[in-house]
Amino acid sequence: MSAGTPVLSVEDLEVWFDVPGGELHAVQGVAFDLYPGERMGLVGESGCGKTTTVLALMGLLPPNASVAGRVLVEGEDALAKGEESMAPHRWRDVAMVFQGAMNAFNPVKTVGWQIVEPMELHGIAAGRAARKQAAELLEMVGISGSRADRYPHEFSGGMRQRAAIAMALACNPKVLLADEPTTALDVMVQAQILELLVRLTEDLGLAMILVTHDLPVVAQVCRRAAVMYAGKVAESGPIETLFHDPRHPYTRMLFQATPDLYGDDEVTSIPGAPPRLDREVVGCPFQPRCDSAFARCAHEEPRLREVGDNHTAACHLNDVPAEVAG
Amino acid sequence: MSAEQTAMPPAEAESGGQLLEVEGLVTRYPVPRGLLGTIRRREQLHVHAVEGVDFSVGPGEMLALVGESGCGKTTTAQTVMRMVDADEGRISFRGQDISRLNHKQLRPLRREMQIIYQDPYESLDPRYRVRDTVAEPLLIHGIGASAAERDALVVQALVQAGLEPPELYLDRFPHELSGGQRQRVAIAAAMVLKPKLLLADEPVSMLDVSVRAGILRLLDELRRDGLAIVMITHDLSTAAHFADRIAVMYLGRIVEEGPAKEVVRTPLHPYTKALISVVPKRDPRDATAPQILTGETPNPVHIPSGCRFHPRCPIAEERCKTIDPELRTPGSATTPQHRAACILA
Repeated sequence: MSAGTPVLSVEDLEVWFDVPGGELHAVQGVAFDLYPGERMGLVGESGCGKTTTVLALMGLLPPNASVAGRVLVEGEDALAKGEESMAPHRWRDVAMVFQGAMNAFNPVKTVGWQIVEPMELHGIAAGRAARKQAAELLEMVGISGSRADRYPHEFSGGMRQRAAIAMALACNPKVLLADEPTTALDVMVQAQILELLVRLTEDLGLAMILVTHDLPVVAQVCRRAAVMYAGKVAESGPIETLFHDPRHPYTRMLFQATPDLYGDDEVTSIPGAPPRLDREVVGCPFQPRCDSAFARCAHEEPRLREVGDNHTAACHLNDVPAEVAG
Repeated sequence: MSAEQTAMPPAEAESGGQLLEVEGLVTRYPVPRGLLGTIRRREQLHVHAVEGVDFSVGPGEMLALVGESGCGKTTTAQTVMRMVDADEGRISFRGQDISRLNHKQLRPLRREMQIIYQDPYESLDPRYRVRDTVAEPLLIHGIGASAAERDALVVQALVQAGLEPPELYLDRFPHELSGGQRQRVAIAAAMVLKPKLLLADEPVSMLDVSVRAGILRLLDELRRDGLAIVMITHDLSTAAHFADRIAVMYLGRIVEEGPAKEVVRTPLHPYTKALISVVPKRDPRDATAPQILTGETPNPVHIPSGCRFHPRCPIAEERCKTIDPELRTPGSATTPQHRAACILA
């Protein structure tokens, strides 16, 4: 899986938000590599920092945010000089389908016009050539190119989501960040969109980060996932390993909280709520909700470390010798 | 003795153990023609939201109405609750046909059938404390002689909804509660009237994964205590886990209905089969080739002839274009309770 060089490398990513009365440490040292054609899931509860992480990769955080760390796009640090180093990569190398993108079209412009606009802004194509490319992009996502001169309200929800994906692909990016791309859609339409995303990554060699709270969606689409909790990666690894051999209780409890079509096991919620990130968290951030916490967890924070092949977890339980953990 | 006990009608009237029986329910909404259309007497079109739906729910039972948006599941529920008027059909609640009752006649029945909604952020009044939100239904129905008596009922309902200790929640405003807690307050406000039937319209779809299970298990407990629940959901996995029976709707009709496990493990209708094949499974090893239907559900203004599913059906035959199949138990079913509306099943 880790063949070649990563198209995107994230190192020690930190994001703080200035909030009334202090700072909110939303992303705390997130790191991962993404290889061409790879599909990675970024999962966790709301507020765990998954959307903030991908917005930081696009340099699209609100003005009250400060960022640290390195985001290497094909070896170049996009964070090094702020907007100056980020701008050349945004949309051209790294593109994003936003949460609720299908409802974010300008209602008074045609869909085709809205796909042509980023191409012209980034000097990819202009005029007739751009319109031709827009039609081709629509065909690629399964919409007849002749519908480019239609308005968003003439499209169904699923079609608008396809068009939003076409728009993100307008500058021929290498990485696609998809933030909850199917959350508001029906299962059948969701299946159509997921199939489209898989096909695009395979046909175009596009790497994708799928941000979602829906573990089964990740299980279906991605080979690898990172589970985030309280701004940090709690566990990351191949999705099969995460399901069958989780090494962080949060991962296991998240799967247990998800009803499965065929599963007979009891579905249990995770008690409590994630910690506030505008205050200092002592010990393991998951400790108050964890069903396996022990004394050490309350005062010492576990570090993310290797627990298997391409598999990392941040949990003290992995230090306990097997015979003691019993 | 408090007023709410004396007001209960006798339970003997229930027919065959069913609390709610719906037969041949039809609800249509007129499509606005506009002024010109009206003057020119253009044909009045209708949205065929519900087109002949039959189902029943007994005490202590949970029925899941499952389907994609626009399939008519919410309209079915709204019609049953008499929030929308039925065009045809019979809604029998505790043996009494309520489909033609007027507002005044319905009033005493309202407290026996309660509804909770999808979005607990929208369904609670932000200016009301939890105490007032939960006490409001009591005031409306004139239950409880004094504030103290009502308070006791409110506390009881909060405990029942898992908000413990209740003192911690009584004086809070909705913005001070998490999504899961808000949905519990909405459930407490419904349960304070001690209803017989609860309609839950997508009760967990707005909530975080980690708290969904808690709400669903709460509904499950209420069901065990004898409450009849109709849960509307688009999530087959949730329905499979928590409901006793599943009814799958497509374009205003129930196309398949049966015990939850049967419907999920041995679906009979091609639409259900396709739906189940595309539900993402938790275990990556369970992934099967999804059978993706092309296009989207047709417009419910122009329902296809014959079997309404035939234009998208992978196994449709010529006769499917003309025969409108009825919901029946086909030979391939493993239990007589399992029914499907397909002549090829």
